[in-house]
Amino acid sequence: MLKTIIPFGPQHPVLPEPLHLKLTVEDEIITDVFPALGFVHRGLENLVNIRDFQQMIQVIERVCGICSMLHAMCFCQGIEEMMGVEVPPRAKFLRIIWSELHRMQSHLLWLGLFADSFGFESLFMQFWKIREKLLDINEATTGNRVIISVNVIGGVRRDLSGEQLRSMLSDISWIEDEMGLLETTLLSDYTVKKRTVGKGVLSKEKAFELGVVGPTARASGIAQDMRMLGYSALGQLDFEPVVGTDGDCYARSKVRFQEVRQSINLVRQAIAKIPEGEIRIKIKGRPAGETVTRVEQPRGELFYYIKANGSKNLERLRIRTPTFANIPALLSILPGMWLSDVPVVVLSIDPCISCTER
Amino acid sequence: MRHDVTCVSLEALVGEVAKIKVQGYRFVTLSCVERDEDTFDIFYHFDKNLMLKHFKLSVSKGVPVPSLSPVYFAAFLVENEIQDLFGIAFEKLAFDYERTFYLDEEVRATPFCRFTVAKAARNE
Repeated sequence: MLKTIIPFGPQHPVLPEPLHLKLTVEDEIITDVFPALGFVHRGLENLVNIRDFQQMIQVIERVCGICSMLHAMCFCQGIEEMMGVEVPPRAKFLRIIWSELHRMQSHLLWLGLFADSFGFESLFMQFWKIREKLLDINEATTGNRVIISVNVIGGVRRDLSGEQLRSMLSDISWIEDEMGLLETTLLSDYTVKKRTVGKGVLSKEKAFELGVVGPTARASGIAQDMRMLGYSALGQLDFEPVVGTDGDCYARSKVRFQEVRQSINLVRQAIAKIPEGEIRIKIKGRPAGETVTRVEQPRGELFYYIKANGSKNLERLRIRTPTFANIPALLSILPGMWLSDVPVVVLSIDPCISCTER
Repeated sequence: MRHDVTCVSLEALVGEVAKIKVQGYRFVTLSCVERDEDTFDIFYHFDKNLMLKHFKLSVSKGVPVPSLSPVYFAAFLVENEIQDLFGIAFEKLAFDYERTFYLDEEVRATPFCRFTVAKAARNE
């Protein structure tokens, strides 16, 4: 059979960001995949040479807008560890509340885009309608809808009043109800299942071997979630990772859908247990030494390596984002698939190219 | 670093990594740091049951480093990234982008190295 090479991306209707895959096909069956990146690489890590370690928070938040809060939290955790700073308990709970709200809005964004990838436009709009409520909460509590900029070294910039917490509880109940209305459509609809069940299967063994992280790994049966580390206030909350078994696109969507509910549960727990007190402590001095720190971003494990020498500028900042870890999985699951399934399978790992090309 | 860091030599690197793969460690990533004008430190990060293990390789500039991609296929991406940004050559890469992973073909500089310009000037 004659081989044809088809370029998928960097501009493609299903891709919100530029990723290029060189697909080799035989009779519309993928036989080989070669990825190309570098269309939006910004070299943000190198800005440590220009911005001081406190100014870097603003840069870090712009690695990726959708998960900006978790990037900043991870960075602040690393600096706080190096400087021996103990964040006030209330700030730890506030970080968890905002980080789980961030996870919810990211997952809802993905659920909408995923529905769009197989042409289910009304489902796409319904998920994004729910997401708007989360952006409203962000706006009401931080002043910004996406990049909420609440993290500082030593705590958080803003507090939440009792009224805001009560309003948040009411809003997430509405979100939970709305999610319930869409559950049957996403997880039981005949057409959706036809496009997702058995597509892009990644076995548990293969996922582990390829170093896959986040919901993509958990949908393949790997119970790995950085929230199990108990960072910030998570150690005081009940948490079990959501794990699937089948490793296909359907399992990945189911895991993310259930993780929205799990985040709702975590926010409720955090609001119930949040203590009174300071939200930020003043830091003295500059960081020195080196550390690694991890949090669970919506797409999976976020890894920061930070090296400092006591000056105002960090010596090295290295960010490993979850999409970077999940791209090798695409090279494994795409061969053997129909060309028409490629958009759905590519979307199923929730690729974030701005993270990858930080 | 308040973590489990083991120094490895260039010759022992692939063998040591193969051993920990058998022990069930997941490949996380590599971090490259320019230690001084002549040396890079490369940290190899692995995870098992949420516990991190790190190998540290100190390597002189200009010395090629064996790729981990024959052991952990996923390593090829970050090795290509380091090849672009620091100019370290990796041998036996599963996919070698030949320094065009992020950079354009005509770029010869190593953008994440502080000493590149000074070194080039001295050699002239």
